[in-house]
Amino acid sequence: MARRLPEVDVVLVGMGWTGALLAKELTDAGLRVVGLERGVPRQTVPDFQTPTMHDELRYAVRHGLMLDPATETLTFRNFTGQTALPIRQLGSFLPGAGLGGAGVHWNGQTWRFHASDFNLRTHTEQRYGRDIIQEGLTIQDWGLSYDELEPYYDRFEKICGIGGKAGNLRGVIQPGGDPFEAPRSSEYPLPPMPMPLGPTLFAQAAEQVGAHPFPLPSANLSRPYTNSYGCHLQPCNACGFCERFGCEHFAKSSPQVCVLPVLMGRENFELRTRSTVTRVNYDSTAKRATGVTYIDAMGQEVEQPAGIVALCAFSYHNVRLLLLSGIGQPYDPASGEGVVGKNYTYQTMAGVSVFLDGQKNINPYMGAGALGMAVNDWQGDVFDHSGLGFIGGAYLGGLQTGGRPIEYHPVPSDTPRWGGAWKQAVRQHYNSTLGISVHGSSMPHRYNYLDLDPTYRDGLGQPLLRMTFDFPANDRLMADYLTDRALEIGRAMGGRVEASRRTGHYSIVPYQTTHNTGGAIMGANPRESVVNRYLQHWDAHNLFVMGACVYPHNPGFNPTGTVGALALWAARAIREDYLADPRPLVQA
Amino acid sequence: MTADLTRRDLLAAGGTAAASLPLAAHGQGMPGHAQGQAAQAPPRVWRFFNEAEARLVTAMVDRLIPADAEFTGAAGAGVPEYLDGQLAGAWGHGNRLYRLGPFQQGTPEQGYQLPFTPAELYRLALPAFAAWVRQGYGSGFEALPGALQDEALSRAETGEAGFEQVSSAVFFETLLANTVEGFLSDPMYGGNRDFVGWRMVGFPGPYAGYVDLLERHDLRFTRAPRGIAEAMQEHAAHHRAPTPQR
Ligand SMILES: Cc1cc2nc3c(=O)[nH]c(=O)nc-3n(C[C@H](O)[C@H](O)[C@H](O)COP(=O)(O)OP(=O)(O)OC[C@H]3O[C@@H](n4cnc5c(N)ncnc54)[C@H](O)[C@@H]3O)c2cc1C
Repeated sequence: MARRLPEVDVVLVGMGWTGALLAKELTDAGLRVVGLERGVPRQTVPDFQTPTMHDELRYAVRHGLMLDPATETLTFRNFTGQTALPIRQLGSFLPGAGLGGAGVHWNGQTWRFHASDFNLRTHTEQRYGRDIIQEGLTIQDWGLSYDELEPYYDRFEKICGIGGKAGNLRGVIQPGGDPFEAPRSSEYPLPPMPMPLGPTLFAQAAEQVGAHPFPLPSANLSRPYTNSYGCHLQPCNACGFCERFGCEHFAKSSPQVCVLPVLMGRENFELRTRSTVTRVNYDSTAKRATGVTYIDAMGQEVEQPAGIVALCAFSYHNVRLLLLSGIGQPYDPASGEGVVGKNYTYQTMAGVSVFLDGQKNINPYMGAGALGMAVNDWQGDVFDHSGLGFIGGAYLGGLQTGGRPIEYHPVPSDTPRWGGAWKQAVRQHYNSTLGISVHGSSMPHRYNYLDLDPTYRDGLGQPLLRMTFDFPANDRLMADYLTDRALEIGRAMGGRVEASRRTGHYSIVPYQTTHNTGGAIMGANPRESVVNRYLQHWDAHNLFVMGACVYPHNPGFNPTGTVGALALWAARAIREDYLADPRPLVQA
Repeated sequence: MTADLTRRDLLAAGGTAAASLPLAAHGQGMPGHAQGQAAQAPPRVWRFFNEAEARLVTAMVDRLIPADAEFTGAAGAGVPEYLDGQLAGAWGHGNRLYRLGPFQQGTPEQGYQLPFTPAELYRLALPAFAAWVRQGYGSGFEALPGALQDEALSRAETGEAGFEQVSSAVFFETLLANTVEGFLSDPMYGGNRDFVGWRMVGFPGPYAGYVDLLERHDLRFTRAPRGIAEAMQEHAAHHRAPTPQR
């Protein structure tokens, strides 16, 4: 029997980026909030220690800060005819596992989406007609516009202290910024970091081919900064240990540095770590969530009743909890009916290497997670897709994120994989090779989805989530077109170029991105979506679902700028609208 | 970060290091190296390997990363000692590996699906490789000339070497990934002795701040590598112990 605790106003499942933001915003409104976090408590001091945090083997290769697959993993297959098998060791994506979530070990590339991403179907049909949308693509509008979300992007950027250069200030194009971005109400809170040689060469070459380079928006701080919550952040020293590491310098925006300092110690907030939520309790008659059940640090089952439940457990973990709790109709790809698990998408990555063959000293280890230049000339619907046969796009980035040598030692593809020639090539190319990343969109497809696995279980005996995914033809065409653009820039950079095209089936083995999106999508009506425009569940008005699982498709940007903005947007709706009169905020 | 999407999907047990290696031209002859060129490791107690395994694995990794005129190979860099430590520890025993069944063979895209921990994999595969070499080449691997050692390794790489219980390709990928890790990880793990891997590529070690150098383009930065231990000593000299936050 579960031990039943007294009811609280709000229970948050997971204390990463979205959990921390909601906790701050809802305790501000005077609510009693409990944050349940599966992993351990951890803070910059003493947990992200100097210099031991800079241990590539422990943290990058052995995934020291990430979720242990023995605790929970997924099963995976490329298509429905296959048997899904468990992802036995982490590879393609690297979910977080403790206080701060993946917000601890992310890179900090912090983007806004384009206006046309939010009404993708309407926009696409209006501009090109229906025929450009390939058979099986289940794109739809988000039920929310960029203009509505803009103030919340602005707020999230000021919580993080993003460094960048505006390209469109209230409709006026600004030199040095991204001319294709949607209008911003204000400049970035901080300027960009100084640019090393690699990104500078990329930007020069991009200009040569007629593109419009700008500094990639970065959550690696360029100046000392006090954020809008009153938390103090320090400037980044470009140590080159961002992605997969915690920042010991208070210089990478994270829940730990941007939110928790003002949250912890509040009387109306309680953090319970080592607490794994196993389900949301649901009253299907009243169509309300009644609270959650979790396993505490001692392995005991506990029931926490709550007036409001918010899922903040990271994208696909939220989808799994909905499925385990039996809330909402699971998606069935055969009939196209149901919504939970529908429109699972990812990020379509490709790249180009530019070998300068010892001509320049790149010094790749002088880096930061979001340090670089980018172009959006072939992003989203910036360019005319007529006759191209695909929709979507990518940003091309010339980044210098760090030269940690176990994982970073680029060699030309005709190099033997081992032996003396390999050794020679590693030596020759380490300090004079540049990369261009193609960071592409991912369009939803009828047969890419999430459901519960019939066979495999997690450490607690509950079914694993099953992922069925392969890159749709649309996205392969997009990636090829964009890789050709990256090759043009690469050639203009003056080296030998080599493309890594998006070929073959999606594989869970090599790391790509932790940009898992969709599965509990937002939309205008309950037939097509799990949550409404306020991230409120259509089948339980006191249940809110955060994270990138609400994206109906994944645009060609990193997700977290929009994850943060949407959390703040939902928090405002809860505070200023829902609390006074708890009800569905959108009529079905 | 960009994944190199043309590379072969790796099935290595617990290995991600080789994930940044390109697709290989298989079976290509490696330039031969004189035997015994690698520096002799100091005598030591193996925690995981038995003597025969240690000799075999030392010879194998020293073909994967052979010595050259300037930089020692994997054996001289302490990669066998690195492997021994890893296999004797939590990682070797299946830490961070989902190990519930049922086990069945999957596609390459589904990743590692064997029931073995890394330690079990090595324990099974090393004698299997030794026996396969002895059968096919008429001598132990260690005694073969370099060119034949390379050929035997290539045949393990392609899966052509038939081991009974495990695929030789899976084992090879694991060994290759672990060898690269050992050559390029912090020396505190036993490999990368005298920072040989870092000196070879020009990596100054993991701990430094470079923000003031970012705009000094094409800078020749030649600081001798320092490991975490050296950085720690310097750090201790400069800082008081920080106060915990929680
Ligand atoms: C290596 C890496 C690099 C990245 N780089 C970028 C980048 O450059 N730009 C970008 O935009 N995004 C990046 N991301 C993605 C970014 O980290 C996520 O988008 C962001 O952290 C998502 O916030 P979240 O609150 O949804 O999830 P998280 O921040 O991951 O928080 C989820 C929390 O929920 C907890 N939890 C899970 N299940 C349960 C349960 N059942 N019970 C209780 N608690 C639970 C987890 O332990 C975790 O603490 C990166 C991610 C990774 C892994």
